[in-house]
Amino acid sequence: MAGEIWVLAEHWQGQISEITFEVLALGRELAQALGVKLEAVLLGHGKKDLAASLGAAEQVLYADHSSLAEMTAESCAVALENLVRSKKPKAVLVPLSNVTLGIGSLLAAKLGAVCINSCVDVSVSDGKLQARSLLYGGKMEATVRAAGDPVILGIWPGCRPIEAGRTTVAPPVEEVAVALPDEPKVRFKRYIEPEAGDIDICEQEVLVSVGRGIQSADNLELAQELAEALGGAVSGSRPVIDQGWLPMSRQVGKSGANVKPKFYLAAGISGAPEHVEGMKGAALIVAINTDPKAPIFNVAHYGIEADALDVLPALTAKVKERKGH
Amino acid sequence: MNAATAWTEIASCPSSLENLFDTEEGRRLRTCIQCGTCAGTCPYGDTMDYPPRRMIALLRSGQIEKVFTSDSLLNCVACYACMAKCPRGIRLTDVLLPLMKEQTLAHMPELPAELQKALQNTMRYGNPMGESSRKRALWLKTAGVPIRVLPEQPGPVDLLWFVECYSAFYARGQDIARATAKVFNALGLDFAVLGNEEKCAGECGRLTWEPGLYETLIDYNMAIFAKYSFNHIVTGCPHALNAFRLRYPSYGFRYDTLHVTELLVRHLDRLKPLLKRKLNYTVTYHDSCCLGRRNSIFDEPRILLKAIPGVKLVEMTHHRENAICCGGGGGGMWLDTYYKTKGYERLSERRIKEAVEIGADVLAIACDYEFSRFEDALKVLGHDKRMVVRDITELLAESMEA
Amino acid sequence: MNILVLLKMVPDVVEELEVAPDGKSLDTEFLRLIPNEPDDHALEEALLLKERLGGKVTVLAPDAAEVDEALFTALAKGADRALKLSGADASSNTAGLALAIRQAIAATPDLQGVDLILTGTQANDDLDTLLAPVLAQLMGVPFVGIVTSVVPDAGRRMVTVQKECPKGVRAEFEMPMPAVLGIQAAEKPPRYVPVAKVRAAMKSLKIEAVEAGEPLPALPIEVIAMDKPVVSERAEMLEGSPEEVAGKVCEILTARGLL
Repeated sequence: MAGEIWVLAEHWQGQISEITFEVLALGRELAQALGVKLEAVLLGHGKKDLAASLGAAEQVLYADHSSLAEMTAESCAVALENLVRSKKPKAVLVPLSNVTLGIGSLLAAKLGAVCINSCVDVSVSDGKLQARSLLYGGKMEATVRAAGDPVILGIWPGCRPIEAGRTTVAPPVEEVAVALPDEPKVRFKRYIEPEAGDIDICEQEVLVSVGRGIQSADNLELAQELAEALGGAVSGSRPVIDQGWLPMSRQVGKSGANVKPKFYLAAGISGAPEHVEGMKGAALIVAINTDPKAPIFNVAHYGIEADALDVLPALTAKVKERKGH
Repeated sequence: MNAATAWTEIASCPSSLENLFDTEEGRRLRTCIQCGTCAGTCPYGDTMDYPPRRMIALLRSGQIEKVFTSDSLLNCVACYACMAKCPRGIRLTDVLLPLMKEQTLAHMPELPAELQKALQNTMRYGNPMGESSRKRALWLKTAGVPIRVLPEQPGPVDLLWFVECYSAFYARGQDIARATAKVFNALGLDFAVLGNEEKCAGECGRLTWEPGLYETLIDYNMAIFAKYSFNHIVTGCPHALNAFRLRYPSYGFRYDTLHVTELLVRHLDRLKPLLKRKLNYTVTYHDSCCLGRRNSIFDEPRILLKAIPGVKLVEMTHHRENAICCGGGGGGMWLDTYYKTKGYERLSERRIKEAVEIGADVLAIACDYEFSRFEDALKVLGHDKRMVVRDITELLAESMEA
Repeated sequence: MNILVLLKMVPDVVEELEVAPDGKSLDTEFLRLIPNEPDDHALEEALLLKERLGGKVTVLAPDAAEVDEALFTALAKGADRALKLSGADASSNTAGLALAIRQAIAATPDLQGVDLILTGTQANDDLDTLLAPVLAQLMGVPFVGIVTSVVPDAGRRMVTVQKECPKGVRAEFEMPMPAVLGIQAAEKPPRYVPVAKVRAAMKSLKIEAVEAGEPLPALPIEVIAMDKPVVSERAEMLEGSPEEVAGKVCEILTARGLL
């Protein structure tokens, strides 16, 4: 069998990541359009039970090895290379996240295959795979076609709804052997947890999130007051954490938390893809930014073109008024 | 005002510490009597390990390196208070302090992030905000009156209006720019702006941290000025005024420069009849450091304010030469978070308390740095319902309304 | 420690980006390039390692507009050598760039003994692939990306790195040197260097030229079109003064049972 569409399943700390389901949904569309099978590839150590949730695929190829335990890029790329060379799929869709970054590129380099990075969508056109790829911090999209087999595609979060990739049917699992050295060159040692003692922003129903637009750490108190008035907490985008204005536990986005509060207020956040990835699932998103073209307005439900430093205190006052303070 | 600091004297900065004592200013430094008036008058003097007095003592005893590894110069907001009071007429803020700042920057392991960003942005984009230089003239569309943009309509013009960064890019600053345009237009003045060709003038003590950046901007601005034909440069930014009057001449700058208030006072006879509306404000005027202490422009702003019907002018305890700096110079504009972490009171808050004390409902300003600083301070201190900050041109424009 | 830092210039997104008339590339009229920010972090990390452990830092960048300033800035910050790679159009052909760099390293005597190759974990114009892993593969050395901490052990010829994972967790890996690391963030933000120092570097120091050697293979993917993202959905904008807008938001919150 050859010419399948493969999706690399991503798992972390014992769970299949949500992005995997998004990519499975996309993979299924492509497989159907090309009239081929969709297969999921699961690489891990003692993780066969995770295959049960990958039923959007017709089959799961599972490789077990100690060096695959943490999805280390080096080991995963070698394992995938083995599998690709023997089974010859048409395309390998690799979810792009902190866990998997580099796997697709390493794999493509080992195979001498074509790689397309940062895809927000993939479709079939004239029997060929065509991708829309994000460039320049999300300011441009390139429509790109790749020739040759296989094609390695790095898929950006949000390509399809997560639910579209979930099923209740457990797929058949084929255990495959891969040739990996017992002692990998890149050896995982341990995980280091972030400092404890702070709130978990993933548990919050309301998040008042701040970005560079609040201009200085002093203005955090404006966000804090509003968060308190609404019974929520303050979070931030990466630049704010990098500056040390908020601890890492408050970071929303690719390198931080994926939050789904009932209300997410983005104050002075431009909406770069890395941040949007972490909050687009919020039920209600209101964004405040002085730049009407800020990408955050593409993901927000309501937008306010204004200076967050003006709106935050006004909103705090109104909320307190409503609550009868 | 000390004759040594009258505006006509051009500050020629010695190029380095090595030849400092061979220059006239160096000789003046040697005559320091260590009275400590500089440290006493400095608004942040109590936070400095090495206020000017100590710096000079160390300089004279060959131990100046101690200053470079301390953070004293980070606390200097280039307000000219020490220079104005020095009984020996030592031009501290013009000469010694910039050299000290330059060395501190070179020796500092890490520059506070906000200041670093402002300097990098100014180098790259010509403004500390980090906005594309192509957006600098966007505000012109909202001006409400026709404004000639020199690159698009070259040809002789009487006044080259140098708008400067905070007026061009910040929303509140654009209010001030619009008011200025309105007043110029009503007076029938022949003026034009540089549009997107304008870049920061390069002054404000912050850039004495960075003479390299400073020189890059001077080179650029001199080349731009050379392209056009005009009689005067007028600006609402006292820091730009300072740069043009004090430093640019040693690079060949020969144009006549005016602050907006100086220009408007020249046209007072024609301006007065236009000020029809009575404003009924109790106004106190904040003397900005570059305009007041450094360039002795104290009367013009007051003349303009008194010309507005209904305005009652009151003076704060510290006014004219004694005014307290808003804290924006010398890099202070980008060091607020740094000062906060050190536990210093913000100078703008200190000033607002004075303004509130004398019962004003309007704080009048004439410097681009001040509107954001004072409005911030008003909010933080909770006085923003009882006092507003207005640039003098905004008050004039308001009085011109039907 | 002998460290090689790879830097490249990418479009500065502060400027408005426009599509060129051909519909498939960036309009270059007002385009400005800026050093890729993660590459700046890679340079900072290299300089910190040099300060701590001694050794040499070489910076290599493909030729592009404004790259000279970036290289002189690196020298002014403390890099020992700056190399400009010609014959490699790096934009959106990262696989090709990796090959060109591989060739340049092979052709430059000093670089063959590098202990670490540091570069940014990714760049905003990586259309095809990422530089660090591809270069690692070409050189047959290990790779880890999204690195925020680098601790070499010169005695054992091993390096321990920390990689960013979800939820603020970091993963620690160990691998033999030489290795290629994709740096996400240096331990400290990139240092400031006074403009005067950069200008002094321009006068007194040199950038060396290296050749890519063989011509680069063409980009193996075909760009059919480039455009600004289609905004299929956009926020409903709320107008008015801060107070008015605040009122509207409160109404929305109340309607959703959040207030």
